[in-house]
Amino acid sequence: MSTAQHAEPAVTTPPAPGPAKETDGRTRQRPLAVRLLARPEVGVFLGAVAVFVFFLITAPPVRDGSSMANVLYQSSTIGIMALPVALLMIGGEFDLSSGVAVITSALTASMLAYQLSMNIWVGAIAALIVSLAIGFLNGWLVVRTGLPSFLITLGTFLILQGVNLAITKLVTGNVATDDISDMDGFDQAKKVFSSSFDVGGVDVKVTVVWWLGFAVLATWVLLRTRYGNWIFAVGGNKDSARAVGVPVTFTKISLFMLVGFGAWFVGMHQLFTFNTVQSGEGVGQELIYISAAVIGGCLLTGGAGSAIGPVFGAFMFGMVQQGIVYAGWNPDWFKAFLGVMLLGAVLINLWIQRSATRR
Amino acid sequence: MHRYHRAAALTAAVLAGTLFAAGCSSSSGGKKSEESAAGVSAGKASTPRMTVAMVTHASPGDTFWDLIRKGAQAAAAKDNIKLVYSSDPSAGNQANLVQNAIDQKVDGIALTAAKPDAMKDVIAKANAAGIPVVGFNSGVNDWKKLGMLEYFGQDENIAGQAFGARLNTLGAKHALCVIQEQGQVALEARCAGLKKGFSGKTDILYVNGTDMPSVKSTITAKLRADSSIDQVVTLGAPIALTAVQSLSDAGSKAKIATFDLNKDLVKAVQDGTIEFAVDQQPYLQGYLAVDALWLYRTNGNFSGGSTAPVLTGPAFITKDNADSVAAFAAKGTR
Repeated sequence: MSTAQHAEPAVTTPPAPGPAKETDGRTRQRPLAVRLLARPEVGVFLGAVAVFVFFLITAPPVRDGSSMANVLYQSSTIGIMALPVALLMIGGEFDLSSGVAVITSALTASMLAYQLSMNIWVGAIAALIVSLAIGFLNGWLVVRTGLPSFLITLGTFLILQGVNLAITKLVTGNVATDDISDMDGFDQAKKVFSSSFDVGGVDVKVTVVWWLGFAVLATWVLLRTRYGNWIFAVGGNKDSARAVGVPVTFTKISLFMLVGFGAWFVGMHQLFTFNTVQSGEGVGQELIYISAAVIGGCLLTGGAGSAIGPVFGAFMFGMVQQGIVYAGWNPDWFKAFLGVMLLGAVLINLWIQRSATRR
Repeated sequence: MHRYHRAAALTAAVLAGTLFAAGCSSSSGGKKSEESAAGVSAGKASTPRMTVAMVTHASPGDTFWDLIRKGAQAAAAKDNIKLVYSSDPSAGNQANLVQNAIDQKVDGIALTAAKPDAMKDVIAKANAAGIPVVGFNSGVNDWKKLGMLEYFGQDENIAGQAFGARLNTLGAKHALCVIQEQGQVALEARCAGLKKGFSGKTDILYVNGTDMPSVKSTITAKLRADSSIDQVVTLGAPIALTAVQSLSDAGSKAKIATFDLNKDLVKAVQDGTIEFAVDQQPYLQGYLAVDALWLYRTNGNFSGGSTAPVLTGPAFITKDNADSVAAFAAKGTR
């Protein structure tokens, strides 16, 4: 286990110093609990546990297994996107177009397959290509121009929003796509992207499995592969990373393309769950993904974070969103509750980290 | 870097090529099976060309507003009118769009007044410039005060009451009114009307209408939290169709009825998944608003006598009459 994820490519942080090193008097070994608390994902984990326990006490229906499955489903639709968004943020960039990119992907798949009366998978693969291309374009522009990704992706956000609406209207004559549920390949695709299975009488959505699977994969990539080191390096200091031979351009562009992949996946989930897509959806979702990543311990400035943190970040969103409903609180306060809970969680997270790293 | 470019482009091209070559065509559904029906047309007036501006508070990409616009376009085509359509959900921006229309010296303005106070000044300006203004869809309580000529739409509160009364006859006991846009006056008025007309208990649930998976799981959560809910009331067609899935997720036996239509919803009413829908006929609202301006300009007519609103709803679409609507809905005009 490495102790810190801050990128210092030239200096390697010694992994878990052994007892012998304590004696030289410079690196005093801190207690295990304190060391654990200093990790970004532990703070958010405790925050998530706190929110979970809170609703377990105040909202009796949450104790039911199928309610939990519902909370996890909600979390997974946020979490699948929060993962690549978090990796991108560790790499020092972020993407405002990720919310509408989800809808772009779903629209592409649906309209292409429908208009050409093709098998659904043709549309799905074309949508994947389009999504990756959008990611590539974002990354390429950021790297080539050196402009902040805020500006570049704000541009693509607006472009995609307009394109979504205009092309859908041009192609279908309506602002929503046609129902594709009776077309070839639909049932197969539905199995992959939006089926559910039974676990001890509880109906669990397949997106939960994908979400956790992607999280494990992302964690492995971040901590165990060279590519993972590159991500931390380019997010920490781009120039010194380049100096030690990290392919900065490739890393950044591929991270944007990873967000494109996430957008495709969530887009396919939406399409095969609801059969049609309204072209105006998705606006505002990008902030939810970014929030989940930030709550999960990813710095807005890059260079630090984890893949497991955003999993708890997304879970917190899902838990609070659904927990308020389960608790049956006055819905007028819905958004305010959500804000207070999230702010509280972030503050607890911050406080734990501060007090743990003080000594 | 160049290696990656070329490899990616090549893979994409080959993949796309193979798929098309392999003839992955769908034997059911798709465009091929969609029957192309002719649009509405009622000839064309020989009156001089005029320009009408339509300014709504619609957020782009919403099926409901698309119907309004289609109705307006049909009337414009018939009346030899050039229709200038614009919309913005923020009231301040909407007022600016109206000002823009005044600056263009249009021959008439049709607008929605979801936030009446914001429209007051700009309507006064239009009147001062001699441009007639008609209201539609939103602002049923304020159109006269605001100085508008006529009003076309549904009184949302009355529609909500009628909805509630119908639920009474169907024997519902506990209704859940799902609002997809918190703080929207017309939607709140529907649920308030429902509460008034319905003799059982009414709960309100807010969902985020721009995020369907979240709508789905939030309704599921509510149904699980309170198993006594036997009726779900949604205020938009896409929300109703999503609620169908929430019901099966929650294992609830509740029934669903909704405000507003689209073609998939008409199908759902036909096959009984959804009990009934209240239609405020958005196509008609758009059509009448434009047509009324033409009548006023060419013949001095006042729809509703300029004293009463012209109601376009609530019209109930049930299993019994859904077939008569289905053909129009498939064309995307109902």
